[in-house]
Amino acid sequence: MSDAVVISDLHKSFGPLDVLTGIDLTVEAGEVVCVIGPSGSGKSTLLRCVNLLETPTRGRIHTLGVEITDPDCELDPLRRRIGMVFQQFNLFGHLTVLDNLTIAQRRVLRRPRGEAERVARENLDRVGLADKAGAYPAHLSGGQQQRVAIARSLSMGPELMLFDEPTSALDPELVGDVLTVMRDLATEGMTMLVVTHEMAFAREVADRVVFMDGGGIVEQGAPADVLGHPSQERTRTFLHRVLEPTRLTDAELDAT
Amino acid sequence: MTTVDEATGRTRRLTRRQRQRLIRVVQYTVFVAVVLLIAFTADWHTVQQGFFRPDVARSMFPGVIVPALLNTLAFTLGAFCFGLVLGTVLALMRLSEVRVYRWVATAYIELFRGLPVLVVLFLVGYGIPNAFPDREIPGGVYGQMALGLGMTAAAYMAETIRAGILAVPKGQLEAARTLGMPYGRAMVSIVIPQAFRIVIPPMTNQIITLTKDTSLAYVLGVTASNVEITKFSSDVLNARVNATPLIVAALVYLVITLPLSQVVRRMELRAARAR
Repeated sequence: MSDAVVISDLHKSFGPLDVLTGIDLTVEAGEVVCVIGPSGSGKSTLLRCVNLLETPTRGRIHTLGVEITDPDCELDPLRRRIGMVFQQFNLFGHLTVLDNLTIAQRRVLRRPRGEAERVARENLDRVGLADKAGAYPAHLSGGQQQRVAIARSLSMGPELMLFDEPTSALDPELVGDVLTVMRDLATEGMTMLVVTHEMAFAREVADRVVFMDGGGIVEQGAPADVLGHPSQERTRTFLHRVLEPTRLTDAELDAT
Repeated sequence: MTTVDEATGRTRRLTRRQRQRLIRVVQYTVFVAVVLLIAFTADWHTVQQGFFRPDVARSMFPGVIVPALLNTLAFTLGAFCFGLVLGTVLALMRLSEVRVYRWVATAYIELFRGLPVLVVLFLVGYGIPNAFPDREIPGGVYGQMALGLGMTAAAYMAETIRAGILAVPKGQLEAARTLGMPYGRAMVSIVIPQAFRIVIPPMTNQIITLTKDTSLAYVLGVTASNVEITKFSSDVLNARVNATPLIVAALVYLVITLPLSQVVRRMELRAARAR
């Protein structure tokens, strides 16, 4: 099996702030990798480096066989093959749902309108929103918007999907809809790199879980191992805080 | 009926409702009194002879509409289109990562916001022909007006458009880029359309200002065929030694601006549907 993403010795600083301090990570084609960790641990920055929304300070990243960190790399053709889903959905507010899905197909892939709309409707159907083609994003719920955002990425026929906390901005009862779509995608064999706080999703769907803290990878492995029997103290503390938030001791509260 | 103020223990003669009613009656009375005072003390006959002579007003038609109103519209439209294009380019330059572009745009904006429109028109009308004697600005007076008014308007519009672009969330550009759109395409298809929706109200002010600035066309030496509302009216004013043309001109300007407000209101409603 070929590797979809190969990250080696990745460093990223924002001014004096070192956000990533030497990351090595490989994602195989067809693999679903969930990245978990406390806020500020650099998870999102890591994800945003994979399609070069952030430019690394040091290190190399090969995405889909192309070295994206090479200054001469043609970014746009490569980005067409990488889907990305954001925490804040980022649907184009001035366009209908259907136009959100067709605009990049038509302007970037140069598909004729008929074909673009056919692909768009297929993908809307896939996320269960075939009846919302004519609606504007503002008239949809958060969960519906995020599913449209996923369908928008899928319409470009990506070989790799990046998810940046896709359910963190959603009302609790809408999280399930989005996770179901993501799980179906994983079942179909999509390569996925997912930054998430949904431990149940990571346990069920991920092939591998990566725990990050302080800009580095603390431990990684099968979900059952990392989430069930973490070998590192920091992982145990994090999981305890996330999974049993009402059972913190006074000592733990102080140790924030 | 009397009430006792709990806090002070003082007796008040009016209830809250009675007090409000009294205050309103006083306000209306004062307003009506002022209106009546003006209506009865003004010398209406003289005013009518000076400003509202029907025969003078009638003699201005159809000239004040064709060509004067049409020329005002043509000057405004030309200047707005030129200003919008140049203003958008300047706004993008001010937001550019290239320092030289930012400097050039900032210098242009500071310069043209500071110069009186009259001076700019004069330079366009007489400075450019002196500098390039073999060439002419295409479109004659229409081209000169579009250029002169447009260059000043662009300076103002650039700042408005820049604010509009900055008001579009950063995630919009990021989402477009991750779909493989090059920067230029993402700006044209995603960011600028949303920025323009945000700046519709200030842009309306800009068009109305431009409409009135077209009255400066006289510096370029207009002929009978490209005369606009103000010049046309002041010519009649001089010929008839009567101020009625000013009133007619004012009403014709309103014929432009009032429907414009309606169109803008429609556009805003349409844009609101997508929010």
